[in-house]
Amino acid sequence: MLEKGYLGGGNVGRNTTIVRANYFLPGNSEFYSHSLKLWEGLEQDLNYNVMLSQRGQISLFHSDGQRDAAIRRGNSIINQGDDAELLSVPELKKMVPYLDYDQARFPIYGAILQRRAGTARHDAVAWGFARGASDRGVDLIQNCEVTGIDIEDGKVTGVQTTRGAIRAKKVAIIVAGRTSKVAAMAGMRLPIESHILQAFVTEGLKPCIDHVISFGMGHFYISQSDKGGLVFGGDLDFYASYAARGNLPTVEHVMEAGMTLMPAIGKARVLRSWGGIMDMTPDGSPIIDKTHIDGLFIDCGWCYGGFKAVPGSGNCMAQLVATGQPHEAARKFRLDRFRTGRGLMDEEGTGMQHNLH
Amino acid sequence: MRLNCPNCGWRDIREFTYIGSADFLDRPEPDAPIEVWDDYIHNRTNPDGITRELWFHEQGCGAWLVVTRNTRTHEIINCQLASDVKEAAE
Repeated sequence: MLEKGYLGGGNVGRNTTIVRANYFLPGNSEFYSHSLKLWEGLEQDLNYNVMLSQRGQISLFHSDGQRDAAIRRGNSIINQGDDAELLSVPELKKMVPYLDYDQARFPIYGAILQRRAGTARHDAVAWGFARGASDRGVDLIQNCEVTGIDIEDGKVTGVQTTRGAIRAKKVAIIVAGRTSKVAAMAGMRLPIESHILQAFVTEGLKPCIDHVISFGMGHFYISQSDKGGLVFGGDLDFYASYAARGNLPTVEHVMEAGMTLMPAIGKARVLRSWGGIMDMTPDGSPIIDKTHIDGLFIDCGWCYGGFKAVPGSGNCMAQLVATGQPHEAARKFRLDRFRTGRGLMDEEGTGMQHNLH
Repeated sequence: MRLNCPNCGWRDIREFTYIGSADFLDRPEPDAPIEVWDDYIHNRTNPDGITRELWFHEQGCGAWLVVTRNTRTHEIINCQLASDVKEAAE
């Protein structure tokens, strides 16, 4: 395991820590279901408290059309074997009385609740995995940047790093936002464009938001961390970026959406914001696959949803690298789906272009 | 971030829609092999640094722009009308 910086210093150390399995399309649905089950046993597997808190995710809807779509999604989640409940406005008011229900512009019509969804302590997840991997014999090498991938006759033979060459029969690229840069070392050009996603955290408050709540109008989602900070985010900035910081229009949009949904949070002061580098695919779904180079594997395209996928991605990638066969739950995360057009997973139904997800 | 539209001057990015890499200007022939079309539509160089992109001045003059920009610093280096770029290439 070669890490350019330090363990837990990348996107895993700076995300909104939401864990859920509420995907709709075949391919994504079974994978995130698999991943959520692994989350539920993760603390036992790692013997490490990752502070998984299944506090429930409330996804709001605000029109008849959104209600129909939410019911359809809920049925699909239940068919997958996971949980989803439709909440009426009176039920919702009992659970989360502080939302602005009766406003003229975005009235709340109800919500889909997934009780098994929730949050986990992101740093603990990184440390737990690191310790678990180390105990099982994995060498973790920090401050070691890969500078080249050695390929002979279409076969991978090792990597060049800032700390010397390492020979290997199998190499896996699992580097999130910097996927294109590392894959370019193997001469590959991927269906990935790196975008910026901003998130925000307020000063610590007493417990006030007990769930993960996502707004259905505009893009806004929020939860409260165990330290008390409100952690929230919105949409991408929608242009390619490696800057790890965003621009003000998106900040403004996120704040406006938050104030529209729950005016009570207006007095909380934002402590900090940050931008993560997201490896966006054209359909917004990930890739776990072999490449055309023998022994070179790729796990990328997690877009803005990588955290909840952590155990599933690790488990499925490990099986693929060890056996050469894809894991049943990740069978549809093929690299060639864009070329063939078969098995595309466009959850939002917006189209097959990088700028649309 | 603001873009320097050749027609309108420096304007807020809220007025623009990002479409993607300026590779879109080099459209393959209709009967080009599927690999060429796949590469054109889906694959990206995705540089960490200077890149050329297409932006649409949707809430301004309606022009398509070719913007040269640094993805690491968000510095805007150059903005040209896509029609001028296309004309110069032909």
